[in-house]
Amino acid sequence: MELAEGTAEAPKKLGIKEYLVRHMREYGLLFALIAIMAFFQIVTNGTLLKPVNVTNLLLQNSYIIIMALGMLIVIVSGNIDLSVGSVMGFVGALAAVMIVEWELSTGVTMVTCLVAGGLIGAAQGYWIAYWKIPSFIVTLAGMLVFRGLSLWLLEGQSLGPFPREFQMISNGFVPDIFPSWLSSALADLLNVKRVNVLSLSTGLVAAGLITWMGMKSRAQNRAYGMEVEPSAFFYARIGITSLALIFIFYKLSTFRGLPNVLLTMGVLTLIYAFFTERTVTGRRIYALGGNEKAAKLSGIKTERLTFLAFANMGVLAAAAGMVFAARLNSATPKAGFALELDVIAAVFIGGASMSGGVGKIVGAVVGAFLMGVLNNGMSILGIGIDYQQVIKGLVLLAAVIFDVYNKSKQA
Amino acid sequence: MNALLEMRSITKEFPGVKALDSVNLAVKQGEIHALVGENGAGKSTLMKVLSGVYAAGSYEGEIHYDGALAEFSGISDSEARGIIIIHQELALVPLLSIAENLFLGNEYAVGGIVDWRETNRRTEDLLRKVGLSEPPSALVDALGVGKQQLVEIAKALSKEVRLLILDEPTAALSESDSQALLDLMLELKEQGVTQIIISHKLNEVRRVADTVTVIRDGTSVSIMEAEKGEITEDRIVRDMVGRDMADRYPRRARRAGETLMEVKGWNVWHPQHSERQMIDDVNLTVRAGEVVGIAGLMGAGRTELAMSIFGQSYGRNISGSVEMKGAPVDVSSVSKAIKAGLAYVTEDRKSLGLVLDETIQRNITLANLPEVSRNMVLNEARETQVAEDYRSALNIRTPSVFQKVMNLSGGNQQKVVLSKWLFAQPEVLILDEPTRGIDVGAKFEIYGIINDLSAQGKGVVMISSEMPELLGMCDRIYVMNEGSFVGELSAEDASQERIMSLIVTE
Repeated sequence: MELAEGTAEAPKKLGIKEYLVRHMREYGLLFALIAIMAFFQIVTNGTLLKPVNVTNLLLQNSYIIIMALGMLIVIVSGNIDLSVGSVMGFVGALAAVMIVEWELSTGVTMVTCLVAGGLIGAAQGYWIAYWKIPSFIVTLAGMLVFRGLSLWLLEGQSLGPFPREFQMISNGFVPDIFPSWLSSALADLLNVKRVNVLSLSTGLVAAGLITWMGMKSRAQNRAYGMEVEPSAFFYARIGITSLALIFIFYKLSTFRGLPNVLLTMGVLTLIYAFFTERTVTGRRIYALGGNEKAAKLSGIKTERLTFLAFANMGVLAAAAGMVFAARLNSATPKAGFALELDVIAAVFIGGASMSGGVGKIVGAVVGAFLMGVLNNGMSILGIGIDYQQVIKGLVLLAAVIFDVYNKSKQA
Repeated sequence: MNALLEMRSITKEFPGVKALDSVNLAVKQGEIHALVGENGAGKSTLMKVLSGVYAAGSYEGEIHYDGALAEFSGISDSEARGIIIIHQELALVPLLSIAENLFLGNEYAVGGIVDWRETNRRTEDLLRKVGLSEPPSALVDALGVGKQQLVEIAKALSKEVRLLILDEPTAALSESDSQALLDLMLELKEQGVTQIIISHKLNEVRRVADTVTVIRDGTSVSIMEAEKGEITEDRIVRDMVGRDMADRYPRRARRAGETLMEVKGWNVWHPQHSERQMIDDVNLTVRAGEVVGIAGLMGAGRTELAMSIFGQSYGRNISGSVEMKGAPVDVSSVSKAIKAGLAYVTEDRKSLGLVLDETIQRNITLANLPEVSRNMVLNEARETQVAEDYRSALNIRTPSVFQKVMNLSGGNQQKVVLSKWLFAQPEVLILDEPTRGIDVGAKFEIYGIINDLSAQGKGVVMISSEMPELLGMCDRIYVMNEGSFVGELSAEDASQERIMSLIVTE
């Protein structure tokens, strides 16, 4: 009998081309984002990456990214949530009513809103998980119900303004903890008006962390015989990502510093990336989406996981609702309208599969950014909303076609 | 003697397997011809060759039909010549009416517009012929399985059938429905319709068949004729199973220890049709180090039994008790069953056993993730170590444990499923058709793994449709038929003839 092939073999060295073909999707997304940014940077004569616009870009997309985190989990579990736009609008309205009409404190309002979002998600998840009603239908119903309820809550009017405290959720910036002499010294050195040292150092630390963690996991993978990236690719990818991070944080630091929302978004992204990739529950959600019956027969409580995925989505939609309301400084009945489509598009552009079991948090975030840059760039160019929609639709279609094509080529 | 159909030395090969090896089948005009053989003997393959599912040229040999060489390239070809197969799984659309189903794809229409009046009139004629009094507008969904079978036959009659092939037509029918169907077959014979019936129920075969052809291991081994008084159940059983048992099973010291698992008074009802009892008062014991077989035909309820014990994964209104080492245990959910020390290796590894799009490593640890994590955080290094251990212990042939399982062969996939359940540290493993669809070499390795488990003092329940496998591996065999255990044989007493006769005489 022949020996098991490859047990004693060193990890396979892959050629760069072969590796690229196999990991086309991940690199494709990164390259597409860079290419699109470069394109708009040129055609907008540098407006895209001006500090004020970079800040805006982050603020504009923060609520989409926050919801994309939950949507990725919902989609990986093999479901979909069409109600997030409406739920987001409803929670924004609820926040406005609580603060403006009932004059409750910001803290109480925020907690209540998050709980309300969780309950809404749980209510929908209950029917989906335990009654096996297709998520498409339950959340389509939820989309109508909560759109109607926010109209009812607001009596068809906009409600605002919010107290400063609440606005800070979105429009606030993290105070610079470093002494001002350092800031002005750096400003002189870099020949700009001001430098927010916290922002700049955050960028440097983030870049450092990414490099360190990348190297560590690469070494670990190699030790366990996993396929590793060709070194040229690895260093190029890490280099580009780190430089991009430093660049963006630098731009932010020369404007008003680190937006509160960016901090929230960053922390949430890290938590969810860790949850999906490193925890038992996260792993089980992938198994559930990949093959629900096999997961169930492996002792996984598939119903409970589905339920939790929707409850979690509700909480994130509530968070996004408050960010959105705080940014506009009022709650409007139209808030969040059709936003679920942007969120879902971001997740699919990020490489998730409609059939479940496949997708990454980082992919969803990059997908959301890609859509955001497109929106922002086209708006700066003054392209009409009509063409914007067409272009976004085509980008989504192209991303998914690219996925399917890749998969068929590998099989 | 006037033969309607003659299949001459048909040989059909699939990669690595010879499914049919010069099979001969001669069916006379106007007779009922029974085709019998064990599961996997090649009956269905032969019928697929006949109906053109395997097109002419993909097999060797000749088919002579109605006095001429026939070369069908698809089902529509054979149907056009009046050869119609009714499969075990009915091909009706449940939410369409009887009339719509009868003329589906063959609509009676003028210029693309269906003539419903004529359609209904014809439907009534056809239904009368098969003895149904339902209105043509009744939905198929509302009919019982027996009547649905009759609708299928009516559909065949609507196409001017000359040779009607029924694949296990009574497998899902009650006794009275079966009798009605057999009567109809005899009536159709009077009207001159030639028929082939594939059946495991030998009493039925004896009742209707004029000629019997027995198929075994892909060859036709005997032909019996009713006229000459040759058709007896004994003879059929002997010919069906009469192969020599070569030394295909690794030896193992037999030593049954204390009782590990005991299932008492187990009853299960069908998940949808709550009046249908699927498992009827089953009692099962497994001792440490013992390999217990469950023999039976397809549809006997073996998988249903196993899955209902394993966390009530099948059925409803389940009653009965399960004890492990003498203490009653709760097996009402899969996680509880796993905790109680049970594992179930499914017969359907692709849809129930594996997450195909995931890696070998992730599949192996799936049923016991807490073991490779601390505070719910996965330790991937440890996970890889576990996967590597099972890869070498079970000889899973793959370049790395990070391969997706969908790229593995059937045998290696089965080893991944086995690894998953071994890693869950069970006391008793229920293996459902553990060697289905895998090659001979991998089969031998799986037998070896089963023997290792037994040597470690685990209890193994082995469900298999391959009787030689059960006889070669088991210390004790339960024989199951129609939801209950109809016999229990020790290894010394068991033989294929005895098992088969326990099944068919019930």
